[in-house]
Amino acid sequence: MQQLEIKNLRVAIGENEIIRDLSLSVGLGELHAVMGPNGSGKSTLAKVIAGHPDYKVTSGEVFMDGENLFELEPDERARKGLFLAFQYPSEVPGVTIANFLRAAMQARLPEGEELEATDYYAKLYEKMDLLEIDRSFTSRAVNEGFSGGEKKRCEILQMAMLDPRYAVLDETDSGLDIDALKVVANGVNSLRGPNLGVLLITHYQRLLNYIVPDFVHVMVQGRIVRSGGKELALELEEKGYDLIRDHAEEPVAA
Amino acid sequence: MKTDTSAVNIDRDVGDFHYKVEYGYDAGVGLDERVVNYISDVKQDPDWVREFRLKALQTFESKPLPTHWASKDLEAIDFNKIRYYLAQGQRSTRSWDEVPEDVKRTFERLGIPEQERKFLAGVEAQFDSEAVYSNIKKAVGEQGVIFVGSTEGLKEHPEIFRRWFGKVIPTGDNKFSALNSAVFSGGSFIYVPPGVKVKHPLQAYFRINAENFGQFERTLIICDEGSELTYMEGCTAPKFNTATLHCAVVELIALKGAKLQYITVQNWSPNVFNLVTKRGLAHEESEIKWIDCNIGSRLTMKYPGVVLKGRKSRGEVLSIALANNGQHQDTGAKMIHAADETTSNIISKSISIGTGRATYRGLVHVPKHLKNCKNNTECDALLINSTSRTDTYPAITVRGTGNSVQHEASVSQVSAEQIFYMQQRGLSEAQAMSLSVNGFVNDLVRQFPMEYSVELKRLIELEMEGSVG
Ligand SMILES: Nc1ncnc2c1ncn2[C@@H]1O[C@H](COP(=O)(O)OP(=O)(O)O)[C@@H](O)[C@H]1O
Ligand SMILES: [Mg+2]
Repeated sequence: MQQLEIKNLRVAIGENEIIRDLSLSVGLGELHAVMGPNGSGKSTLAKVIAGHPDYKVTSGEVFMDGENLFELEPDERARKGLFLAFQYPSEVPGVTIANFLRAAMQARLPEGEELEATDYYAKLYEKMDLLEIDRSFTSRAVNEGFSGGEKKRCEILQMAMLDPRYAVLDETDSGLDIDALKVVANGVNSLRGPNLGVLLITHYQRLLNYIVPDFVHVMVQGRIVRSGGKELALELEEKGYDLIRDHAEEPVAA
Repeated sequence: MKTDTSAVNIDRDVGDFHYKVEYGYDAGVGLDERVVNYISDVKQDPDWVREFRLKALQTFESKPLPTHWASKDLEAIDFNKIRYYLAQGQRSTRSWDEVPEDVKRTFERLGIPEQERKFLAGVEAQFDSEAVYSNIKKAVGEQGVIFVGSTEGLKEHPEIFRRWFGKVIPTGDNKFSALNSAVFSGGSFIYVPPGVKVKHPLQAYFRINAENFGQFERTLIICDEGSELTYMEGCTAPKFNTATLHCAVVELIALKGAKLQYITVQNWSPNVFNLVTKRGLAHEESEIKWIDCNIGSRLTMKYPGVVLKGRKSRGEVLSIALANNGQHQDTGAKMIHAADETTSNIISKSISIGTGRATYRGLVHVPKHLKNCKNNTECDALLINSTSRTDTYPAITVRGTGNSVQHEASVSQVSAEQIFYMQQRGLSEAQAMSLSVNGFVNDLVRQFPMEYSVELKRLIELEMEGSVG
C-alpha cells in the first residue's frame, strides 16, 4: 500500500485526450524515471497528480498510500506529502524564498503551533549548502527574475525543506549546464532513501547518468509503451524514441 | 497565525462588538444651528469657536455633494438621520482607572492600555465624540511636548492653537471639511517644541460605539523647528446595519527642519462612510510623511496632501488600500509644490477583491516659476477577481524647465498558475492569496515601523480568509 499508484488514468483538455489509460506505481523508496518525447503528456501527468484545475480526469484514479488523491484539494495533497517540482515554476512576486518556505512549513503544523525560527533557518541553511546555493538567495522573491538553473535549484531546495513522501520532478534537468546538473542530481540523491518515492520525468537520458533510476518507463502519446530497468534508458538513447514509438500501439503495462 | 506584537489591534472581528453605554450628552438626530449651539454649549467653547462653527455650518449647507466627480454613493448618506454629538462627559482623564467602567472595558478589549505600556510615548482614546483618556509618558511631557484633545488644546493653548487651526485646511476646502468644522469634537492637539525628538510614537485610537453616529474628530499637530514626531492612529467601529459617518480633519505643520510622520491604519466595518481631509504644511527643509492604510468601510474618500511651502521641503504619501466586496476605496495624494528644490514622493498600492473597487486620485502641482522640484508617483493596483475594479486618475501638472517628474502605474492580477503553485506547497487558497497580497505590498510595508507592518500583514490575512473559499 505504500506507493503512489496511478490506475487506468485518462485525462482530457477540452476534446483532446492527453493521457490515455496510463497505469504506473511508484513504491516508497523507489525512483522511477519517465522518459518521452515533447508533447507526450508528461507534464500533464505530473500536474494531474498534483491537482491542477485545468485538466479533466475522465477516468481512473491516483492513490497515495491508499488514499484517493482526487478527493483532496491540491494543498491537502501537498500537506500529506506530495511534492511537484514544476517544469515551469511560477513567480511569486514580492514573497521571499525564506518567507514562502516558512509559510509552507507553518501550514504543515497543527493549529496553534508556531514554527521555531532558529530550527527553520538552521535547516534552510543546511539544505542551501547542500545545493550550493548562496545565502543571499533566500531574500530574493520566489522565482522572480531567476535564471532557468536558479529556478530548478529553488524547486529542489523546496523539496529538501518540505520532506515529501512522494516527489514528482518534471524536467528538473532542463536548462542546466553540466555543473548545475551535478549539483541538482547530488541534491536529489541525498534525499533518496526508504521514505521517499520519486517519479522523475525527463526528456534526456543525460540526467540518468547522475540519478540512477530503479525503473524506467517510456511514455509516448499519453501511454507507457515500455517499462524496464535502468538499461532501458541507454537503449532509448541508442535507438531513439522512433523505434520505441513503433510499439506505441501495444501498450505495455507497468 | 497569532502574533502578540499587534500595534493597533484593529482587527475587525475583535472590534465588532459594542456595549450599551449611557450618554449624558446627546445632540439628538439631524443637523441645524440648534445642534451646533448645543455642542458649543456643552463644550463651553470660546466665542470665536462658536462663530467658527456656525459659519462652517452655512458653508456646509451651501456646498453641493461632490458627486460630479466622486461616487454617487455619497447620496446614500442621510445627514438628517445622523447623531452629531454623543458623550458621557467632556473631560478626559490621565488614568485608566478614572475612565468610566462601561467605556473602559471597550478599550481593554481592544488592548489599548496594554500597548501603551509596551511601546508608546502617549495615548489618546476617543469614544464616540470625546476623548475619554489622554496621557503621555512623564519624560515626554517634561520635554514640553503637549498631547491633549482638541477641546483642551484650544482652551489651554490658544496662542498656538488659534494660530494654526483651519490654516492648512480652510473650512470651505470641501463639503466634508466644512461639516467637520461645524461639529468637530475630539481628535488630538500636539505641539512638539523646537529640537525635541520624540523617540516613541504617540497614538490615538478612535472608536465609534453608537449607531447612526457621526465621528468628527479634529487633529492639529505642530512640530516646531528641528523637532521630530511619529503619530499613529487606529480606528474601529462595530458593524451596524445603518450608515455611520467618520469625517475627520487633520492638519499638520512642520516648521523649519522638522520631521513629522503620520501613520493611519483603519479597519472600518462595511457600513462606515469615511470622508477625511488630511493635509500638511511643510516649511523650509522639513519633511512630512503620511503612511495611510485603508481597510474596510463602505466608501473611503481620502487624499492626504502636503503643501511644500518652504525651500527644500519634502512630502511623502505611502498608501495601501484594500477594497473588499462592495467596498470602494477612493484614495490618493496631493502634492502642492510652492517653493524651489522641493521633492515629493507618492507610492500607492491598491488591492481589489471580489466586487471591490479601488480608485487612485492624485494631484501633483509644480508651477512654472519654480526650480529643481521633483515628484515621483507610483501607483500599482492588484486585482484579485475578474469582478474587481481599479481606476487611476494621476493628474500631474509639472511646468517649468528645471523640474522633473516620474510616473509609473501598473495593474496586475494574481494568476491562477501562481495560486496553484503555492497550493502545491501546502498553502490553502486563502493563505496563497494573502501571501500574494503581502508580496504585492511588501516593498512598501518594509518602510513602515515594525509594529505596524506586523499588524498590517495580519489584517490582510484576515481580510483574505474572509473573502476566499
Ligand atoms: N493547458 C493546456 N491547454 C491546452 N493544451 C495543453 C495544455 N497542457 C498541455 N497541453 C497539450 O497536451 C499535450 C501534452 O503536453 P505536456 O503534458 O506538456 O507534454 P510533455 O510534458 O510531455 O512535453 C500537448 O499536445 C500539449 O499541447
Ligand atoms: Mg513537459
